[in-house]
Amino acid sequence: MTSAALRSRAWKLLEMVTTPLLPSDYLDLVSPLRAGADLRGRIEAVHPETGDAATVVIRPGRGWRGHTAGQYLRIGVDVDGRRLWRAYSITSPTGRPDGRITITVKAVPDGKVSNHLVHRATPGTLIQLDQPAGDFVLPQAKPAKVLYLTAGSGITPVMGMLRDSEVDDAVMVHCAPQPQDVIFRNELHGLVADKKLRLTEVHTATAGRLDIARLGELVPDWAERETWACGPAGLLDAAEEHWTEHGVQERLHTERFRPRTVVAGDGGAVTFSATGRTVDADGATPLLDIGEEAGVLMPSGCRMGICFGCVTPLKAGAVRDLRTGEITEAEPGVLIQTCVSAAAGPCDIER
Amino acid sequence: MTAIDPTAHLTAEQIEELGRELDVIRDEVIADRGEKDAAYIRKVISAQRKLELASRGVLLFSIFPPAWLLGTAGLSVAKIMDNMEIGHNVLHGQWDWMRDPKIHSTTWEWDHVSPAEQWKHSHNELHHTYTNVIGKDNDLGYGIMRVDEDQKWHPLHLGQPLWNFVNACFFEYGIAAYDLELGKNLQKRHRRNPEFRARAKAVGRKIRKQVLKDYVIHPLLSGPSFLTTLAATFTANLVRNIWSHSVIMCGHFPEGVRVFERQSVKGETRGQWYLRQMMGSANISGSRAMHFMTGNLSHQIEHHLFPDLPSNRYADVAVKVRALFEKYELEYVTGPLPKQVFSAWRKVVRLSLPNKKPKVKTPAREKELVAA
Repeated sequence: MTSAALRSRAWKLLEMVTTPLLPSDYLDLVSPLRAGADLRGRIEAVHPETGDAATVVIRPGRGWRGHTAGQYLRIGVDVDGRRLWRAYSITSPTGRPDGRITITVKAVPDGKVSNHLVHRATPGTLIQLDQPAGDFVLPQAKPAKVLYLTAGSGITPVMGMLRDSEVDDAVMVHCAPQPQDVIFRNELHGLVADKKLRLTEVHTATAGRLDIARLGELVPDWAERETWACGPAGLLDAAEEHWTEHGVQERLHTERFRPRTVVAGDGGAVTFSATGRTVDADGATPLLDIGEEAGVLMPSGCRMGICFGCVTPLKAGAVRDLRTGEITEAEPGVLIQTCVSAAAGPCDIER
Repeated sequence: MTAIDPTAHLTAEQIEELGRELDVIRDEVIADRGEKDAAYIRKVISAQRKLELASRGVLLFSIFPPAWLLGTAGLSVAKIMDNMEIGHNVLHGQWDWMRDPKIHSTTWEWDHVSPAEQWKHSHNELHHTYTNVIGKDNDLGYGIMRVDEDQKWHPLHLGQPLWNFVNACFFEYGIAAYDLELGKNLQKRHRRNPEFRARAKAVGRKIRKQVLKDYVIHPLLSGPSFLTTLAATFTANLVRNIWSHSVIMCGHFPEGVRVFERQSVKGETRGQWYLRQMMGSANISGSRAMHFMTGNLSHQIEHHLFPDLPSNRYADVAVKVRALFEKYELEYVTGPLPKQVFSAWRKVVRLSLPNKKPKVKTPAREKELVAA
């Protein structure tokens, strides 16, 4: 018998001993980060960056497959006893010798997870991880001229890129309310001093919002540069319009932290038939949030309609896509993205 | 169906007010649930797993009497923890709010021959909705016993003390049988029902796994201790069965607990539903360790009022609930475990015989029973 077959037999035997639990339920008690376990990580340090931002150093479990600079990571954090999932850009370079990764989090008003991570998370805490995802990355063949257009915490995926690899000619335009709000400011200025980056900071509290039409005054050759833009929806919408107007939209790569638009209608009673719960939902709240609030075990992903990690069969009724307003009605085999769908009348979700 | 309705002094408006006051108690706990509660259940689960593992480890040497004693005691406690404080409560959805897929009513499985899925239906949906309603709540005598004077006596009831004892020893099988509604489904016209057959198969699979683990694999792993380990796991299952049977008997059987007519629950309001739970359940008083080992079902009244609140909160909730019983002048049935077990058994024995005349109890007699 091969060793693999032997191992699988031994595992089966172990399962017979531990039933109704699994051997992994016991192994998790002693080694939650081992290979083969559900992917988890341990917070090893939290370093403040600005008054409301901090970098969280995470030791990922053995199953971590590694990331590409610019990608994000979904983490599940227990806040007040509830597991909440959010996505954050990875700010550490790839292949760190100590095997650790970092995310940098800005505490947003009423942000349960971000405030917890920035102000209350403690080293030693276990968190749940997903493999890295996202296509906001530099191509294999590095472009000669690059523009990074960022605002606020939108700098985080770009910092991951800057730390990972150099490009010959990199320009950054970064917006933040005041100088002390610029995350990674010292490190950015260090790059500037080493002539690895040209940086323009736009301090919006004094100078007002960046008028994208006047970008040419800051970066005259912006249209020739491959551009990676990340920040609030207003900035990205304006950038997309601007690049399209000039016929260079293929040079613009954007990363959004939130879904674009919200089209709301009437809600209805939502039944989660597998769990046996029915709750009232308005027409604007994603069914994912409704289910989570009701204690239903909802799969989730990016929470913005991209990753399809949350798809669930719609058994009855109708739902509305919050991005487009489009109505989807139940039919056998119809799957919906719960993170961008709201109830459009009574409906039944198979969870 | 006792002679005097102990809730007769309440007006309809008072009953609804009582319901609103109970809702407030519930909302307070829900608003306050958090990190400490999550840490509690994780600690209990982790402790249970370590205890079970350690006990089974010790039992590998069960040929030595001290190891047998220690291992059997540990395994009995581990099985009780699995079924009571953890399994019963997780399957109620008490911890669903944590959104941890590993501690969730839809994913949990327990050390019990009845699959979680089937137990959840008969327990959460039927027993908790129709608590103590004759003909609707199968927990009431498990369909094999007479539990109220108004039920017609049959000579078969003479044997009910014996049935009850056998049921206690093999309680998990009794539960599995009644989750399957065997009494109904073994009738010829139901036997071929594909839904019933699928469920029966699931129970068969679960029994096979449990039996294989406890009576084949674990003894085999013990080598020369085969027979003694077999005896140990059998004993642990027996202890767990008798213990959980006793706790559950104390919840609804002691004297003073009321049962209800099918008719009385039609069109029931929220306040009336609460009131039925209050009058249809009984508590056990005792130490914190005792509450823990009963899975906090010693706070049966509170559990029936709020089946999905985390079990570690029932002790605090009980103080407020008891104050409401006093305010509304209702009888809060409680007592130490031996007294409540005795009371429940005495009822089983008494009702195995035809009613003494007069059939209707006098108020004085009821008082005496409640106080007993």
